[in-house]
Amino acid sequence: MEQKIEKSTRVEPSTPIKKRRKISKDQMVAVGFISPSIILILIFVYGFIGWTGWVSVSNWNTLVPDFSFAGLKNYIYLFNDYRFQADLRNTVFFTILFIGLVIIMGLGLSILIDQKLKGESIFRNIFLFPMALSFVVTGVVWQWLLNPSTGFNQFLSVFGIQPKWYTDTNIIGGFEWGSIEFGLPVAIIAVVIAAVWQMTGFSLAMYLAGLRGIPEELREAARMDGGSEFQIYRRIVLPMLMPITVSVVIIMAHISLKIFDLIYAMTGSGANFVTDVPGVYMFETTFRGNYYANGSAIAIIMLLLVAVFIVPYLITNRRGDK
Amino acid sequence: MKKLFSIFLLMVLALVIAACSSDSSSDGEDNTSDSNDTEEPTESEETTEGSDEEASGGTVEIFSWWTGAGEEDGLLALIDLFEQKHPGIAIDNAAVSGGAGTNAKAVLATRMQGDDPPSTFQVHGGAELNEGWVAADKMEPLNDFYEEQGLMDKFPQDLIDMVSKDGNIYSVPVNIHRGNVIFYNMQVFEENNIEVPTTMDEFFAVADKLQEAGITPLALGDKESWTSTQIFENILLGVLGTDDYQALFDGDIPFDDERVVEAAELFKKTLSYVNEDHASRNWQDASQLVGEGEAAMTNMGDWAKGYFSNDLDLATNEDFGYFPYPDTVGDFMVITDTFGLPKGVENPESVKEFLSVLGSVEGQDAFNPLKGSIPARVDADPEKYDQYGKDTMDDFNNGKLAASLAHGSAAAEGFVTKMNQAVNIFVTQLDVDNFIDTLKNASGEL
Repeated sequence: MEQKIEKSTRVEPSTPIKKRRKISKDQMVAVGFISPSIILILIFVYGFIGWTGWVSVSNWNTLVPDFSFAGLKNYIYLFNDYRFQADLRNTVFFTILFIGLVIIMGLGLSILIDQKLKGESIFRNIFLFPMALSFVVTGVVWQWLLNPSTGFNQFLSVFGIQPKWYTDTNIIGGFEWGSIEFGLPVAIIAVVIAAVWQMTGFSLAMYLAGLRGIPEELREAARMDGGSEFQIYRRIVLPMLMPITVSVVIIMAHISLKIFDLIYAMTGSGANFVTDVPGVYMFETTFRGNYYANGSAIAIIMLLLVAVFIVPYLITNRRGDK
Repeated sequence: MKKLFSIFLLMVLALVIAACSSDSSSDGEDNTSDSNDTEEPTESEETTEGSDEEASGGTVEIFSWWTGAGEEDGLLALIDLFEQKHPGIAIDNAAVSGGAGTNAKAVLATRMQGDDPPSTFQVHGGAELNEGWVAADKMEPLNDFYEEQGLMDKFPQDLIDMVSKDGNIYSVPVNIHRGNVIFYNMQVFEENNIEVPTTMDEFFAVADKLQEAGITPLALGDKESWTSTQIFENILLGVLGTDDYQALFDGDIPFDDERVVEAAELFKKTLSYVNEDHASRNWQDASQLVGEGEAAMTNMGDWAKGYFSNDLDLATNEDFGYFPYPDTVGDFMVITDTFGLPKGVENPESVKEFLSVLGSVEGQDAFNPLKGSIPARVDADPEKYDQYGKDTMDDFNNGKLAASLAHGSAAAEGFVTKMNQAVNIFVTQLDVDNFIDTLKNASGEL
């Protein structure tokens, strides 16, 4: 540890010699406080990412560890695998629907709440409350609400509709793609409903904060210039909410790409894997089938998928800082 | 107001971040059971570590997935018995809940890989033990223990073979469950003048009759796909017979054998008689359909008997009855829970004391009547068991034994996982050729 401290104090050539001691003392304290968490993160996050990557190119597919190099065998297996192809399809549609609906509903609700209505805080809390629940709780509740024989269907049967919700195995607009049928699985809609119900409050809070940050003078000025309310939202409010939207998309994307608990509690893999996601497959293949290398490969693929969203965000953020 | 709101927003963000981080950390663990379950092993770790000095005392940590109504009572009765006999040894009940042990197995795998084994753990006899933990060199052989306790002739030889590999015995069976049982609603059968079917042809005739009467013939809950796999293995057993059934999973008979194709066709036909919402149910929900008379029959291992009589409050042989899966009348699909001694536990002598209680007549008769299973020992007292237990003990002693695939006894877990996946796809697609192809590819794992 002390070596590290020395090293970091040395890297500051431009500071005047007189001030040096003072600053280095400050920095020593700072580094002292930061280093435990840095070391822990290095080991328990980056170290294990590296370890997972290593396992994913090994032959460890039984209970007996086998670290011989397998190349990309496990990855090739996965991309030819029916279940994994289905998982990718489900993830794509889940992510698109989930992010889209969370943004639309969050924005809509926040604009409504922003209309200076009475009891605003009550509404805000009502919409935010689902977020306090765990995804497991949400999953169990919605499993019964959307159960084809017990839930909403009891009510809907009055109108003669009986959707099969998450047990529906149909694929909308399906066409052959690899070994699976590519299209929107009807069953995933049920899962999206539950996820949107839970996360809309979050985007609502974000947008509400954004709306409050837009100075009233801007709107006032636009009104003076004869802009209609719709134009004000279209030309002023929405563009100014752009940074919020980016944040919401990033946060929702990383939730939806890694989703596990909601699906696991609510539907499981589903008939014909219509509600399966990489997280569930990873868990089952690793800890039930003992395919450790395959499971690690899934983990790495999930990491890369999330990185597609996160990395550009981090890069633009860094540029912004400079 | 604005300040208040921003504080509020901060708290929300903190919540989200907390939620996210707990998501990622729990990915690898068991998620459906409450956090208490996952914490238990850690607590017990501390206690075992704390009592290092005592050579044979200390704590015995029993790892199982017995958390349901009857099974938990059985386990507690067994623990009570042990504590009476060995007051110096503490017992730590580290059970992890979750259907058919799927979550417990995940927790166990993590602990075993991390060289932190529980003192003893529940494992199905057969491949799950032999191809899994024994092959991974994680188990101590128990031959001397068997000799010492005089257990060699107390279990059927077939059963000892199921817990042995290369001449070494690795675990002590505590109970026997039967997988090829169909439970049925007796009232529904009576009202429709239906006799119990003994062959698949009779079964389909019965099913047609029931369907005409507007009753679901077969209740299935395959939210977890092993329940469908269980139906398929029973059909396979009926078509192949016990010897060829095992030969199939030993890799001696290929999966494109015409009898396997025939079994797949029968499976496909069977699936046309199940309830439409099977994918949203688990086996308990399916049994409930039978209890309520909405469905007539359901195939489940005989742990469902406890569910019918205890949870649904139905009377055996009055409200619900049972018969062997059609075409498997003389056969017995064995699911046996066993306990072994992992390598690297701190107080093996105490663990052996526990195993000896577990393997004794007294122990088995304390556990099994409550759990609703039959004892693995041949010399247990039948009078302690209800009518179903007595019938099953008869069938067990006289029938031909086959190892269940769905419960990991017939083939290694890796193959079982692939089989479950193939079955899950088949239940929807009903594509026999594709199914056979997939199984053939997967059979490379055998």
